[in-house]
Amino acid sequence: MRVPLSWVREYVDLPAVSTHEIADKLTAAGFKVEAIESVGHEIKNVVVGEVLAIEELTGFKKPIRYCQVEVGEAAPRGIICGAQNFVAGDRVPVALPGAVLPGPKPGELFEISSRKTYGRISDGMICSARELGVGDDHSGILVLPADTPIGADVVELLGLRDEVLEVEVTPDRGYALSIRGIARELAIAFDVPFRDPADIELPADTGGSYPAEIADPTACDRFVLRTVTGLDPKAPTPMWMQVRLTRAGMRPVSLAVDVTNYVMLELGQPLHAFDADKLQGTIVVRRAREGETLETLDHVTRKLDPEDILITDDSGPISLAGTMGGVSTEISDTSTNLVIEAAHFSATGIARTSRRHNLVSEASRRFERGVDRELPLYASWRAVQLLVTHGRATAQPGVTHVSHDVEPLTITIPVDYPGRVAGVPYDRETVVRCLEQVGCLVVPGRPEEGAKEASGARPADPALNTATVSGGALADKLSVIGDSTDLITVTPPSWRPDLTDPNDLVEEVIRLVGYDKLPSLLPPAPAGSGLTEAQRLRRRVGRALAAAGFVEVLSYPFISGKDLDNLQLEQDDDRRVTVRLANPLSEDEPFMRTTLLPGLFKTLVRNVGRGFADVALFECGSVFLPRPGAPETAPVLAVDRRPTAEELDRIESALPAQPLRVGAVLAGEIERSGWWGKGRQASWADAIEAARTVIREARVEPRVEAARTAPWHPGRCAALYVGDRLIGHAGELHPRVIEAYGLPRRTCALELELSALEELLSGPVDAPAVSSYPVATQDVALVVPADTPVAAVEAALREGAGELLESIRLFDVYTGAQVGEGKKSLAYTLRFRAPDRTLTVEETTAARDAAVAVAASRFGATLRGA
Amino acid sequence: MSNTYDPVEVTPLHAEEVARMQAEALAAIAAAKDLDELKQVRLAHAGDRSPIALANREIGALPPHARAEAGRRVGAARKAINEALAARQAELEAERDERVLREETVDVTLPWDRRPRGGRHPLTTLMERIVDAFVGMGYEVAEGPELEGEWFNFDALNIARDHPARSEHDTFFVGSPESGMVLRTQTSPVQIRALLERELPVYVVGPGKTFRTDELDATHTPVFHQIEGLAVDEGLTMAHLKGTLDRFAEVVFGKGIRTRFRPNYFPFTEPSAEMDLRCFVCRGDSARPGGAPCRTCKSEGWIEWGGCGMVNPRVLVACGVDPARYSGFAFGMGIERTLMFRHNAADMRDMVEGDVRFTLPFGMEV
Repeated sequence: MRVPLSWVREYVDLPAVSTHEIADKLTAAGFKVEAIESVGHEIKNVVVGEVLAIEELTGFKKPIRYCQVEVGEAAPRGIICGAQNFVAGDRVPVALPGAVLPGPKPGELFEISSRKTYGRISDGMICSARELGVGDDHSGILVLPADTPIGADVVELLGLRDEVLEVEVTPDRGYALSIRGIARELAIAFDVPFRDPADIELPADTGGSYPAEIADPTACDRFVLRTVTGLDPKAPTPMWMQVRLTRAGMRPVSLAVDVTNYVMLELGQPLHAFDADKLQGTIVVRRAREGETLETLDHVTRKLDPEDILITDDSGPISLAGTMGGVSTEISDTSTNLVIEAAHFSATGIARTSRRHNLVSEASRRFERGVDRELPLYASWRAVQLLVTHGRATAQPGVTHVSHDVEPLTITIPVDYPGRVAGVPYDRETVVRCLEQVGCLVVPGRPEEGAKEASGARPADPALNTATVSGGALADKLSVIGDSTDLITVTPPSWRPDLTDPNDLVEEVIRLVGYDKLPSLLPPAPAGSGLTEAQRLRRRVGRALAAAGFVEVLSYPFISGKDLDNLQLEQDDDRRVTVRLANPLSEDEPFMRTTLLPGLFKTLVRNVGRGFADVALFECGSVFLPRPGAPETAPVLAVDRRPTAEELDRIESALPAQPLRVGAVLAGEIERSGWWGKGRQASWADAIEAARTVIREARVEPRVEAARTAPWHPGRCAALYVGDRLIGHAGELHPRVIEAYGLPRRTCALELELSALEELLSGPVDAPAVSSYPVATQDVALVVPADTPVAAVEAALREGAGELLESIRLFDVYTGAQVGEGKKSLAYTLRFRAPDRTLTVEETTAARDAAVAVAASRFGATLRGA
Repeated sequence: MSNTYDPVEVTPLHAEEVARMQAEALAAIAAAKDLDELKQVRLAHAGDRSPIALANREIGALPPHARAEAGRRVGAARKAINEALAARQAELEAERDERVLREETVDVTLPWDRRPRGGRHPLTTLMERIVDAFVGMGYEVAEGPELEGEWFNFDALNIARDHPARSEHDTFFVGSPESGMVLRTQTSPVQIRALLERELPVYVVGPGKTFRTDELDATHTPVFHQIEGLAVDEGLTMAHLKGTLDRFAEVVFGKGIRTRFRPNYFPFTEPSAEMDLRCFVCRGDSARPGGAPCRTCKSEGWIEWGGCGMVNPRVLVACGVDPARYSGFAFGMGIERTLMFRHNAADMRDMVEGDVRFTLPFGMEV
């Protein structure tokens, strides 16, 4: 909301403080001032002149006039002008040489000087509205009223100098989308009187105006029409009004339109003007019927929904209520008879209509945020008066006023409740004064007998709070009366439909006393139990990978259909079953990721592209895996009670599984080349070791098996298990995947399910008993078939060696002539130690032989050289 | 046979003779140029077959009256020789050590970055730092899914379907806009889950990813991070909220940070407030008359840090908590913005793109 301060000052006598101080007060009251714009201060030396004579110059590409203009100096000035919309005798704004005007861009200035042009000396410039920084109109010169004094300063005359506040209005405070609302808040903030611009004397009721009825009271509970006739369609909008509209961010159009906008900005009541001569029969406010359409003022023909609220006449829909008028009854530049509509529509209804048609207007913005229900009679009369004054129109007697009564809402609270919420006591006087300042009626005690007690949940229009409330029951649940006896009953004013609950009143009290007056206290510390084991595991995993050389990234979880192909996934791969977004940022990436790898690949490629060829990256994040047979929709439950477990289950079962994964990708040198010699390229082994590192952080030991799964190289991919649980895969990527993503050759990757590891987390480590007896070492070299997995051989040796074995280490793998075709030799160091004695050679040899025996029986292993 | 002895006094035990042996030994010790030579000298002048050792053996052959004096004389000489040997040994060892260590000198400025270490994303570690601060205050960490039920993300938080606040959320819908599922637009649904799943009182923080349909630019990203806080207990007040956030600000930005509470609106809190921080760049000067404009705070003097307020009793009712008995406060801060303020990170794109040059300097912890 753009608020020209000059307009506010009409209704409140602000003290002599700086604009910054005014802005600070508004911000402190909950209306954040985002910018202060100082306008018109740069303009100087522009005066009123009278055009005495016009000489039409010929021989140029466009018509050019050389005018003699009287500006109240000794002699008239000769000025060149290209506009054609004025005649001799007109009064116009003249920028004298030395004048400064706002430039085409904000902040730019434009200086006028005497100069030769079109063969004459032009001694100034005759200005358009836009050149004065008022509106967009550049079609012609701004012609001023005939009685404007010659030589007068145009800036003063038109009120061009102003301070405009750009105020952020929160969605609950519809009333502040008006000068009236902001002026009221400033009056409270500075504790000065407020003159309500809606406090207008209405004419005595002299019967009805244009006929109207409300067919659906849930759509509209008040509908007011007034008629003016004989409007001069050529009558210009007075300059001061144009200036204000412009300052408030609206474009002047025509008197009728400008007046409706002006009153809306001033009071907050949206108005609509129909061309009376185009209306047919009684106006009816109703919901749309199946198949109806309406061409709105933006020339879009809209298919109406049965829920849409319409203004109709005998011809059918003529306006999308509270949102946008229709073309068929639009006022034109020949309209002379107008019907002015001022109504109070359902906030929910307008919100839905506006959303459904993707049509947000100044009117709909206000209606869905709540408009003062008492305004229509006053706002419509204010508009009529302005049309009479400035458009030579005649106000037709009478007013059409259709209204459905709405029970006033009252809220009863203990008088100390605001203080209890704030944490600092407020005395009764403060609480009552604050509530009265915002317009509430405050009486002591409970509501009178007979009056409906409603300490919450406005029945008529719940749009500003949850729509599914069920009246009294919720009100009871929200009641804070308890066993308190010192109560006040508060009736909020008509312009505050947002005040429905006890806490709404609390906020009013605290904000008017001042949020800055709240004390700052720490609550007593609760007895928390720290991070969970799963939360600690995630941190350990991150640290372990970073320590191992990986850099963490946080990529977007969106993937494309092409990603699924690029990963070389089989058609029946589970990862092809994705969640799709209804409104993705890019239609190229409409799916939620089912694997972390595409994001990592793209980030790796970006880094390589930026000159970092040796990169290792990791990411921890969720993947989104639809559950087979899950319902397609999750229910939206009621909010006036705790949902049942069964209801919550219905939501959970619709949501996809969202396990947490850790993925990593590595390329280039994992050990760098340098002055010490050549480095080492990252390989499948590094990826698998990184996977082991992650799993060991859960204090479990992974089992590694060869696997064939996309996107990995079929001969260089490991599956990692803990017990029977598959945790994930690691290895070198498939060459086709590398090509599809443009990755460096031999790029390696891993992806593990952290959520699975969290479940497998074993308890605290058992401290080992450390033996101080000497170690006995035995080396063995076993010859086994070449395709025997080393992990299996080691498992066999461990099993056979028994409890005396302290550690086992593979120190050589050999294939070649000495061991024969199809064989390999594995050389191990076995270390034995006993907890209670020094081992004899016989004991360790026996243990070694037992180990070899198991390997021999399982894999046909033979001792090398034996 | 103690009275049988050689009547002839033994020549080597003459005083001049012992003095000569000692002088020769000391000269040889002093002349030894290295440890090997010293070893030879030791053998020759202090070994078993050295003149002084042989002389020592003769003492027994002396008549009893002469033995004591001869013993003293020889003993003194041997002591002098051994002391000289030890001193020379130490001297030569020191010389050798100095030479060897000098020869082994290397250029310690040579790089050895064979296996560079990685780093964790500052958004992750900043969230951890904040979480740790709250864990220190007794809070626990609550979690919830990123793809969330609409009821959790909106309705239960008192954001009805037609509420104007809902359209301000620029929501990603899952499947279709009517599916009842969204990518959570805020971490606030974690509040609902915490209240439904946990026993009262509840003190939790919930860090995590959130989503809105903004295009990526320097100050917006469609995928961002928030940290949610929720405390529901008997007797909690807005003063407690303010105290908690002041402490939070101090932990993140250091002592001396200035904060401001100003009224704002959120459907799930009432009363609601915005927590502003004094602009880090202009320190508020830009908002004073005549102050130079500030791009960081748009010359407002303050920057928005996050929203907060007293949990709207309607939210408590939707979770089955009695608002007449319990009250609570909640807050939510953007982690990207916090990182920008705390670390002078100018462009959010750097946090998204995964360029290692951005992340590595943050190391393991922020």
